[in-house]
Amino acid sequence: MAKKYDAGVKEYRDAYWTPDYVPLDTDLLACFKISPQEGVPQNEAAAAVAAESSTGTWSTVWSELLTDMEYYKGRAYRIEPVPGDDTCFYAFIAYPIDLFEEGSVVNVLTSLVGNVFGFKAIRALRLEDIRFPFAYIKTCQGPPSGIQVERDKLNKYGRPLLGATIKPKLGLSAKNYGRAVYECLRGGLDLTKDDENINSQPFMRWQNRFEFVAEAVRKAQAETGEIKGHYLNVTAATPEDMYERAEFAKELGQPIIMHDFLTGGFTANTGLAKWCRKNGMLLHIHRAMHAVIDRNPHHGIHFRVLAKCLRLSGGDHLHTGTVVGKLEGDRASTLGFVDQLRESFVPEDRSRGIFFDQDWGSMPGVFAVASGGTHVWHMPALIEIFGDDSILQFGGGTQGHPWGNAAGAAANRIALEACVKARNEGRDLERESRDILEAAARTSPELAIAMETWKEIVFEFDTVDKLDG
Amino acid sequence: MRSNVDTGDYRTTQTLETFGFLPQFTQEEVQAQIAYMLKEGLTPSIEHEDPAQASNHYWPMWKLPFFGEQDLASVVAELDACRSAYPDHHVRLIGYDSYTQSQGVCFVAYRGKTAW
Repeated sequence: MAKKYDAGVKEYRDAYWTPDYVPLDTDLLACFKISPQEGVPQNEAAAAVAAESSTGTWSTVWSELLTDMEYYKGRAYRIEPVPGDDTCFYAFIAYPIDLFEEGSVVNVLTSLVGNVFGFKAIRALRLEDIRFPFAYIKTCQGPPSGIQVERDKLNKYGRPLLGATIKPKLGLSAKNYGRAVYECLRGGLDLTKDDENINSQPFMRWQNRFEFVAEAVRKAQAETGEIKGHYLNVTAATPEDMYERAEFAKELGQPIIMHDFLTGGFTANTGLAKWCRKNGMLLHIHRAMHAVIDRNPHHGIHFRVLAKCLRLSGGDHLHTGTVVGKLEGDRASTLGFVDQLRESFVPEDRSRGIFFDQDWGSMPGVFAVASGGTHVWHMPALIEIFGDDSILQFGGGTQGHPWGNAAGAAANRIALEACVKARNEGRDLERESRDILEAAARTSPELAIAMETWKEIVFEFDTVDKLDG
Repeated sequence: MRSNVDTGDYRTTQTLETFGFLPQFTQEEVQAQIAYMLKEGLTPSIEHEDPAQASNHYWPMWKLPFFGEQDLASVVAELDACRSAYPDHHVRLIGYDSYTQSQGVCFVAYRGKTAW
């Protein structure tokens, strides 16, 4: 029998708190950490989040009766305490798949982290994890190439890739910048990177940078017999500018371009990823602005969610932090989202901050990029932590070498290869790191000097965003 | 600090990808990498090429990949046979990974005699 219209304001939990609900395989599931206002019961706060991020609004409206709200509404189906923190709790919410446009992480985020984050009944709100149903995953293109195809294109096997961001990050002329790239690549790096701040400033316009860098890449390739690349940053003010730069990089025969997915936005990123797939270009993704969104443990979006969204939107590399370097990052939590980038199935594991099983199916994997404040002494730990499917980037740790970029690159490459060789021989990288590096330095004065230069530098501060519990 | 050492003529040489920066492997070091390959369940394969052609993706194969091979000594014997048949060529050792459809190992085990 059809329902009657009953105007007015009802409690959210009457319709949106459904503890008996068993989520469907096709539901999109979300885990929020909710800090409610005083006096707001937990199930009411959870139901409010479910309602405001799906079909509900503050007042009943007559037009709800024209559709089947039972089919479209989001449902809060479980509440759990947050270990060690009684100011907040976890709420699990199930959303029917038809609430979201196919292949659009933009649409998913607009719903899940939209108006609800400013909602007065809650003091703070954090999106901890999303389980994307496999049916939804299959509607997204994902990475343009993925790990396996990139290895084949670049001819790099059995080891992490080695890179560096060119420094100083702002102010070089295009020709001098190309020189810095050439020195790094001929010295032994596989890849160099535009700093994220480099777009097309007065001191170095993008066309000039692309041309000089292309010459540096070609020459280093010819001299070393290895395949080289430089992430040409095409992040720009408008999509039209972005595509113009991408087209020019392709015209120059370059293998890879770069985009900043948060400042550029998911629409730009997804469009560029599709362009890259169509044009056979690799896509490096930087994550400027992520710490604004993900660092506060009570409010915002955890980076594991942003990483999952990026894999769906598309990118072949994503920065993940280093665990050991100058930037924030807890080891277990970092490995949790590194798995989300690279594996085809990731099981629920609260000890790594993973709230749901996630089936990625055949979606290509994304290289984890460890970059920021690392140097040659970190090499064994980085290989141990990140494994082969990673890109280890040493900016200051390459270009700060007393003999210059080429020697710095060689030092890092020798350290990398010595560690991989030792690992394959069955040695313990973290425990025997000093022996392995010192042995390699006996045949490499570049490595010996690098080890001397950075022997005292460590970054040991407490992590702000820890795993709960 | 020896930062005054003159490195103005820092040289670039052909390094040919993984392990190209380490000193030429001894027989034992090559064998250790084959042992790793077999332990990881990778399929060993051998390729060789004239150094002048080395920048191509595809090098001629020495026989088919050694599917199902578990014996370190027979891989070493094939490596030696390839090397004596093509003493001037680079000889590269590959470990195919059928799960990732990639190569878990790939390095030039012996560098050809031609100087570069």
